[in-house]
Amino acid sequence: MARTGVFVCWCGSNIGGVVDCAAIAAQAATFPGVAYSVDYKYLCSEPGQNLIIQAVREHRLDRVVVAACSPRLHEETFRKVLVRAGLNAYLVEMANIREHCTWVHGAEKERAQQKAVDLVRRAVAKANRLEPLFESSIPVTKRCLIVGGGIAGIQAALDVADAGQEVLLVEREPTIGGNMVKLDKTFPTLDCSACISTPKMVAVANHPNIRLYTYAEVEKLTGYIGNFEVTIRQKARYVDHDRCTGCGTCWEKCPCKVPAEFDVGLGHRKAIYIPFPQAVPNKPVIDREHCRYFTSGKCRVCAKVCPTQAIDYGQEEKIFTERVGAVVVATGFGLFDWSRVYGEYGYGRYPDVITGLQFERLVNAAGPTGGKILRPSDGNIPRTVVFIKCVGSRDEAKGRNYCSRICCMYTAKHALQVLEKVPGARVYVFYMDVRAAGKGYEEFFQRAVREGAVYIRGRVSKIFRDGRRLVVRGVDTLLGRPVEVDADLVVLATAVEPAAGAAETARLLGVNTDRDGFFQEAHPKLRPVETHTGGVFLAGACQAPKDIPDTVAQASGAAAKVVGLLSRDQLSTSPMIARVNEVLCTGCFLCVPVCPYRALAPKKISERLPGHPLREREVVTVNAGLCQGCGACNAICRAGAIEVRGFTNEQLLAEVDALCL
Amino acid sequence: MLLNLSTAVRDSAAFVSYVESASGQRISDCYQCGKCTAGCPVSFAMDLMPHQVIRLLQLGFRDEPLNSKTIWLCATCATCTTRCPRNVDLARLMDTLRNVARQEGRTGAGKDVALFNEVFLESVRRYGRAHELGIGLRHNLRTGRLLKDNDLARTWFLRGRLQVRPSKVREVAEIERIFGEIARMEDGE
Repeated sequence: MARTGVFVCWCGSNIGGVVDCAAIAAQAATFPGVAYSVDYKYLCSEPGQNLIIQAVREHRLDRVVVAACSPRLHEETFRKVLVRAGLNAYLVEMANIREHCTWVHGAEKERAQQKAVDLVRRAVAKANRLEPLFESSIPVTKRCLIVGGGIAGIQAALDVADAGQEVLLVEREPTIGGNMVKLDKTFPTLDCSACISTPKMVAVANHPNIRLYTYAEVEKLTGYIGNFEVTIRQKARYVDHDRCTGCGTCWEKCPCKVPAEFDVGLGHRKAIYIPFPQAVPNKPVIDREHCRYFTSGKCRVCAKVCPTQAIDYGQEEKIFTERVGAVVVATGFGLFDWSRVYGEYGYGRYPDVITGLQFERLVNAAGPTGGKILRPSDGNIPRTVVFIKCVGSRDEAKGRNYCSRICCMYTAKHALQVLEKVPGARVYVFYMDVRAAGKGYEEFFQRAVREGAVYIRGRVSKIFRDGRRLVVRGVDTLLGRPVEVDADLVVLATAVEPAAGAAETARLLGVNTDRDGFFQEAHPKLRPVETHTGGVFLAGACQAPKDIPDTVAQASGAAAKVVGLLSRDQLSTSPMIARVNEVLCTGCFLCVPVCPYRALAPKKISERLPGHPLREREVVTVNAGLCQGCGACNAICRAGAIEVRGFTNEQLLAEVDALCL
Repeated sequence: MLLNLSTAVRDSAAFVSYVESASGQRISDCYQCGKCTAGCPVSFAMDLMPHQVIRLLQLGFRDEPLNSKTIWLCATCATCTTRCPRNVDLARLMDTLRNVARQEGRTGAGKDVALFNEVFLESVRRYGRAHELGIGLRHNLRTGRLLKDNDLARTWFLRGRLQVRPSKVREVAEIERIFGEIARMEDGE
């Protein structure tokens, strides 16, 4: 018979303010198997923990029930207490009488008291049947995969590589750099984006610990924390990068002009191209979709002019398979396509209504206009520029209901840039709120106002064309009056959304997404860079809209987690996972497809039954590294051959009996 | 009524910069929190709220603030100035607007206030100090509301607070010189 100790925590007034903890402890003393029970104000504190240890020793307890908060908060704490008391860590059972009782039943104290007692009775019934469990260990592959080569991926790669670990950096575009290298200046310091990001790109390319896969995508990720296997598919570039010197003759001579993705459609590139002059790697790829040779079978100009015979039209895509121990997802963001839904802003029909990212390219010295702010329609300098914030953000009807976080600041920056570059320019900013919550951000916004940007609180209801001008009609809610501005250029701060293909990436990497499609962190406050999949971490705007400082900070945080993981030779795995009783397993494998972690696989065993010859048959087996102990297999197993350790059928039924009988 | 911001700014850039230099206040400093309006003891009688006056200036509107009753009703108690988180001296700004309005003869909305200022200054010019009874009588005569504040006057008179005969400062000529000096300064502008 078990000797179970029951410890009831007041949690200050969280529990003690609603129910009578001493009465719960007194009643628990009468439950079968309970050898000792007591209540205490804060069991998780040092004296509280010592109280448990002392009671275990004095009363020779071999099972412990802690009636306190959620096991998600402190189960681990009390497991360590048991170890210190000389017991197996898994002989503790928690009764959650805070979240499940006092926090939600504060208005009905008597019934809360009864429920708390019931919850403790349930926990005691289970505790009496707990068995010691033992952790096992798995080896760690000391290599990290980073998906996405924007500033988040670059920062994480450099930090992990500098710590001495090997990094594979995979980027789907022909160059790393992401969105940050498209920007002209960065708020709130107005330092040049290229000057602070391109050196990092070069550092990545030259780092002995980093292997770069550009124009490549992760195709498959299998395995588990410490032991992943990744398949990387690198698209055919049709240029032999070992031979190519990046001299640029090919893209000069290429006869085929295509709107440049890098310039957000405002400029052009050739069919053989590097996205921008400082690209890493600084060697071109051929865009097969637009290349004249691939579309019509004739041309081959690039092959003719190439001095090193690097053009290879027959090149095929390459598949790489690598083992890694950790994964950082840094796939960044995309921008909301406003032109599909904002009819009142012209559905994208007016060329002089552009997005913030297009404005970045217009104002960028390396952009299509050489840094001159010119209207896309006629190339004239705009005298009046209107900025509209929250286009798609905080707009449940048309877009997304969250705040995109970066628009307030980059719009203030754009306003300053117009005022600086166009003497006598008028700048109007339509806003709903100015959210400048960052170091130096409010001051930066005030600077834009002081320099002459007129901020108007209200949404723009309509933009329409009147001759060569755009009439912007909105409201000043501070005055309570509708207003109108004759604008030459209108810049929309469109919402930040998950990068194209984020849902597919999430499925591929086994990461959850939130309701907006961003990748879900394990805990919003305490585990912001981890995911629910062990060994997979998040960095940057793929997790939520984020500016550059926050992105870099999170990337370094993810890198620290990776380095911490890879610095270990062995990982211990939770023992609370599925266990197969091979004698009972019939080999139906119904469990295999229901496992969300792909942890189950068939294996052959040989068995000898009395009176029968030795025979081979297939049963299911559990991969301890992958299994998360969810219990889906347990529920579907017809033979009752799979149980989750720590949640066996016997234990669960004892709990049901304790509650219902 | 629809406000066209483009034309407003074009027409009044000089006016706004004059108001800024004359008042010593940067109009863009105001971030429209509304604390001035919230604390203004006279706002109940105003046609534009104090924060709206400065908002109109920010947007480049000239006529609306200058024609408003608000600038004349402002009692210059400076509650707004004291409490403004952005250190805008709104009371001083109101003063500047009153000056501009008077110079342009736009005293319509605050006719009585402007008249009071005039009568008050006449008294100061003549005697070197305010002669309350004279000011009151003159103001009532010129507004045509002869019995205005009559009850107050009686109480004051009975308590000896209202002198029938004006008292003069010694150097009335000095006062006259000051007025002349100011007139020259205003002309010189």
